[in-house]
Amino acid sequence: MAAKKSSSIIKKILLYLLLIAITLFMIGPFLWLLSTALKSASENIFQYPPKLLPEEPTFSNFGKVMDVFPFWRYLLNSTIVSGLTVILNVLFCSLAAYPLARMNFKGKNTVFILILSTMMIPFQLLMIPVYILSLNLGLQNTYLGMVLPHVTTAFGVFLMRQAFMTVPYELDESARMDGANSFQIWWKVLMPLVKPSLVTLTIFTFVSAWGDFLWPLIIVNDQNMFTLPLGLNMLSGTFTSDWRLIAAGAIISMIPVIVIFLLLQRFFIGGAMKGAIKG
Amino acid sequence: MRTNKLTPYLFLLPGCVILGAFIFYPMLQAIWLSFTDYNMVSDPEFVKFDNYEKLFQDELFWKTLKNTFIYLIGVVPALVIIPIFLAVLVNQKLKGIGFFRSAYYIPVVTSLVVAGIAWDWVYKENGLLNYVLDLLGIIAEPIPWLTSTDTAIFAVMVVTVWKGLGYYMIIYLAGLQSIPTSLYEAAQIDGANWWQQHTRITIPMLMPFVLIVTIMSSIAAMKVFEEIYIMTGGGPLHASETLVFYIYKEAFDRLNMGYASAAGVVLFVLTLIFSLMNLKVMGKDKTA
Repeated sequence: MAAKKSSSIIKKILLYLLLIAITLFMIGPFLWLLSTALKSASENIFQYPPKLLPEEPTFSNFGKVMDVFPFWRYLLNSTIVSGLTVILNVLFCSLAAYPLARMNFKGKNTVFILILSTMMIPFQLLMIPVYILSLNLGLQNTYLGMVLPHVTTAFGVFLMRQAFMTVPYELDESARMDGANSFQIWWKVLMPLVKPSLVTLTIFTFVSAWGDFLWPLIIVNDQNMFTLPLGLNMLSGTFTSDWRLIAAGAIISMIPVIVIFLLLQRFFIGGAMKGAIKG
Repeated sequence: MRTNKLTPYLFLLPGCVILGAFIFYPMLQAIWLSFTDYNMVSDPEFVKFDNYEKLFQDELFWKTLKNTFIYLIGVVPALVIIPIFLAVLVNQKLKGIGFFRSAYYIPVVTSLVVAGIAWDWVYKENGLLNYVLDLLGIIAEPIPWLTSTDTAIFAVMVVTVWKGLGYYMIIYLAGLQSIPTSLYEAAQIDGANWWQQHTRITIPMLMPFVLIVTIMSSIAAMKVFEEIYIMTGGGPLHASETLVFYIYKEAFDRLNMGYASAAGVVLFVLTLIFSLMNLKVMGKDKTA
């Protein structure tokens, strides 16, 4: 019995060592970046062998980078773009999913298949005509320009349709008896019942909107409209000489999404798992 | 039902307007543009199959296509297999396992620009990777990972894999948790060991998820752009240039909109194979 217990302890220790080793691989690059950002100007960051820990840790690089890197402006832009994308995407997808899940009408299957088929078309093919269209609509360097192409996704419609289908029909019927119209049933009866799926869709949309790079890169050239990834990309292009500043900028721009992730991690991971099963 | 005949269409309207304006209409326009010469200044001029002919004669196009397939072949098996082990690992009932799940998921939520900068710094000649490999006695002198034609594309692949591991791990974790524990209990009673339990129960039960991950990671690999743009700029000497990078450069650096659209149509046809498989899998899911 004692032998069995000690072997299970050894097994546990080995498991933890493995888990920690993988953790180092997954967040090691960020820790190395953080260490560089904390190194003082007197320290040679290019020395070999590299120093893992800063000799005299300093926050001065963070202050310095704020002078050349308008973090708050980029954060505001990123927040507006991601926020608008999430709100409109969740709204439009839920609206479209409702009749597809719970009504009979002419062309229902065709519409559903057409919506699903949009998943097969890579944005990298569409970016050229969408760019031309957006220029013609005067959407260059605007929030709407960054947002509109992403506010309805087949994944979202599919996810919400699956969610609506699980709600019992009796609920609609009784609400209808009470005189509610379709829109009221959708908003007051169904939407509150599919909250978990709404959370899943919100998180999915947020992560992809927050990290989006290709489309903003194409449609925005005014630095005042840069999102965090665009701003950081420019910073790393301009200050190639001072890696401490680039590292500090990268760390700062990582903070908002990491904070949101740590606060809401159970939704992130739960949502991703749910999305995996549904999608 | 006393609902108005128009009601369902009103609900569908906003979403369908967006999909129509930003997917279906551009899709048709992209195909049309691929048969034209268009530089955004003068009107598009119809040139029949000229763009495609030029494309298939361009050595760089073939090189980027080859690089894209190298990327696919390198990245997909890693993203299909490694996350299974990670998922089994973080599915253990251990104290603090939630911390590890979150830590492995962090690269998924960070933007590729931050990830690219972090890895760029790891890959420097006097950077962390060369130091670690030097310590372990694997390399005699530092390797310029991102600036050597032999290693650049593989170095970027590592970043793609690293960033995707957590995402696919969660998909497998969902799969693992959908396996009834009674199966394992029965196997234990029959005397199956750890290895047998995983090869006879876990792997077969995870197969639908393996399929989903294979398709998803293949489609993503065909469209790889950001890592390349941020870390190597397609270089050195186009050694890490992929198809989407080529399309981007032709369209937005050179304003060869028609020509770039033709390359885009090729990308579309190539991804279509995977997408059709995806739709089939999802269709099955729907009836379940």
